[in-house]
Amino acid sequence: MSLALVGPSLKPVPSTPAPEATSLTPGQVEELGRRLDAIRERIVAERGATDAAYIHSVIRKQRYLEIGGRALLFAGVLPPAWILGTAMLSASKILENMELGHNVMHGQWDWMRDPKIHSSTWDWDNTSPAEHWKHSHNYMHHTYTNVVGKDRDVGYGILRMSDEQKWNPYYLLNPLVNVLLATFFQWGVALHDLEVEKIIAGEKDRKTVWTQLKGIGKKVVRQFTKDYVVFPALAGPFFLPVLAGNVTANLVRNLWSHAIIFCGHFPDGAVQFDEEQLEGETRGQWYVRQMLGSANLDGGPLFHLMSGNLSFQIEHHLFPDLPSNRYAEIAPEVRELCAEYGLEYTTGPLWKQYLQVLRKINRLALP
Amino acid sequence: MLRAFTALTTPLLPEDYLGLVDPLWSQTVLRGRVVAVRRETARATTLTIKPGRRWKGHRAGQFVRIGVDVDGVRHWRTYSLNGNEDSRLLTVTVQALPGGVVSPQLAHGTPVGTVLHLEDAAGDFVLPTPAPAKLLMLTAGSGITPVMGMLRTLAARGPLTDVVLVHSAPTSDDVIFRDELTLLAALHPGLRLVVRHTADEGRLDLAELDGLVADREVFVCGPDALLTAAQQRWGEKVRLERFTPPVRSEGGSGGTVAYGATTVDVDGGASLLEAGEDAGVLMPSGCRMGICFGCVLPLRDGQVRNLRTGEIHGEPGDLVQTCISGASGPATLDI
Ligand code: FES
Repeated sequence: MSLALVGPSLKPVPSTPAPEATSLTPGQVEELGRRLDAIRERIVAERGATDAAYIHSVIRKQRYLEIGGRALLFAGVLPPAWILGTAMLSASKILENMELGHNVMHGQWDWMRDPKIHSSTWDWDNTSPAEHWKHSHNYMHHTYTNVVGKDRDVGYGILRMSDEQKWNPYYLLNPLVNVLLATFFQWGVALHDLEVEKIIAGEKDRKTVWTQLKGIGKKVVRQFTKDYVVFPALAGPFFLPVLAGNVTANLVRNLWSHAIIFCGHFPDGAVQFDEEQLEGETRGQWYVRQMLGSANLDGGPLFHLMSGNLSFQIEHHLFPDLPSNRYAEIAPEVRELCAEYGLEYTTGPLWKQYLQVLRKINRLALP
Repeated sequence: MLRAFTALTTPLLPEDYLGLVDPLWSQTVLRGRVVAVRRETARATTLTIKPGRRWKGHRAGQFVRIGVDVDGVRHWRTYSLNGNEDSRLLTVTVQALPGGVVSPQLAHGTPVGTVLHLEDAAGDFVLPTPAPAKLLMLTAGSGITPVMGMLRTLAARGPLTDVVLVHSAPTSDDVIFRDELTLLAALHPGLRLVVRHTADEGRLDLAELDGLVADREVFVCGPDALLTAAQQRWGEKVRLERFTPPVRSEGGSGGTVAYGATTVDVDGGASLLEAGEDAGVLMPSGCRMGICFGCVLPLRDGQVRNLRTGEIHGEPGDLVQTCISGASGPATLDI
């Protein structure tokens, strides 16, 4: 297997099929970094009224979808109303978590200085408390992307997603655990920042864990009550169809977001790194790690919207705080830069990438 | 009542959905809708605003902060309320400053129907209750605006008893509310209106007014020089409003930054995060490279410099990423 050695200190972990060997000099890596900085600065300077109009319109659409979906579910004894209502509620939850929650909490819209659309105030329709999410995702995952042992998104502490994770018999359950994680994804995300494996290892103090648990508990109660108690109860005799609609919508959102997110870093071609990589990492090297460690998804505008523009995972990882509606615009430039510097720009349709992810999960179940 | 409904809308509030119909219904965010626009002079425009439900009313002479989105970005500016304090509608008069970011849009680009953001009215420059029988109002330029609020309020309640208004403006065309003032003076024999055109007649000598001051409540509003002169001449007797604009950076890097109670000299290359930590401030942080927003702190005053781009930015209330911001002159961070 050939190893990508990009610059002197870029050390990919050989667990994934690495891209074709590239040999960039340190000078080239920093030059690439400067060219990426220039793209970023250009978009920052351009951000304005049309971007603001975009996010306002997504927020409006999501809220109308939700109101419409929930209203239809009250007539859920009629199968067409149930199906349409559930579909609308699912779409609304997907938009709310992905294009809105994930992106707003990244600070992508903080520049508008609107306290209602701001990373410091936004809370999402998910059992994971916003503060926990911002720590485990914005900080841990985006800083230490794909560094095995540092980035807990590599396996979420429960899956084996890299050869570097030492095998033990528990990992025979890898495929099953993955199905469970996908089904209960929002609960997995809620527990993510608890770092259960550290609690078990006794590395986390009890007070922190307790405070975190209380935060999760509060959020879970509110979310659970809304979807599974209050709305079904309001439907009176139609309690069950409304409950089923909510359960289904949450499930659809879980499966979908799990698929999109796993396709962001685990298809063939996305590279993992070891902790040595982080020592003295320059900005240019950080950029290269983000590009090599992420994978895009091909699709049309609706697909990109419903994936929260995480289909532009590479662009998102280069510039996590640029407004999501701009990723499509800079993607061709990033792709060209990759070609010019001989870096793999991993991309493919969802079904293909997801199959590769599943294959990896199965393979790593065994030593 | 509405609180019960949050069980349905969590993590949002019911008003976030109701706001789709009318943003003015909000109980947590104060907004107002422009219901009339009137051109006063070539540069000044009066906006009549219907405030949302949360508006607590105002006293004539107070000011309000108005938030307006310019090119997608929210900006806040302070304006005097110049309408009758007993009315449900608010009026502000905006002078378009050449090269300004906010005032040209408010004055010329704000059609009827625009929704603006508001804060509660504030300021102590108000008429005492009951209103004094004898008043001297001394104003210059746009300093007329809060005083106009007082005059309108008094005039709406009944005939003015004994008010002298001395107003200075460069020329007759620059007098905001000129026609209305003339009309008020005609309707109210108790109002004496003295307009001084400083371009021809020069500055007013306050000594001329000494005789009037003795038995009147004195309200002064205008440029700093006028306020200082009035205060020096007549002392405590004078009621005035001094507006201190927020501290702006004069450029350059490095500066003295207050982190709550701790003040630190931050040198040019240092980030606010490092400088704060070195001084023992318990700074929130995360990636330390500008991507996670785990280090943001609210800016109370002053401005900061983006260490990557060199851009100097910041308005009071902004959240700044301390790991990629340096000092540029004095600033205060809330922590
Ligand atoms: S510490 Fe992450 S943005 Fe400043």
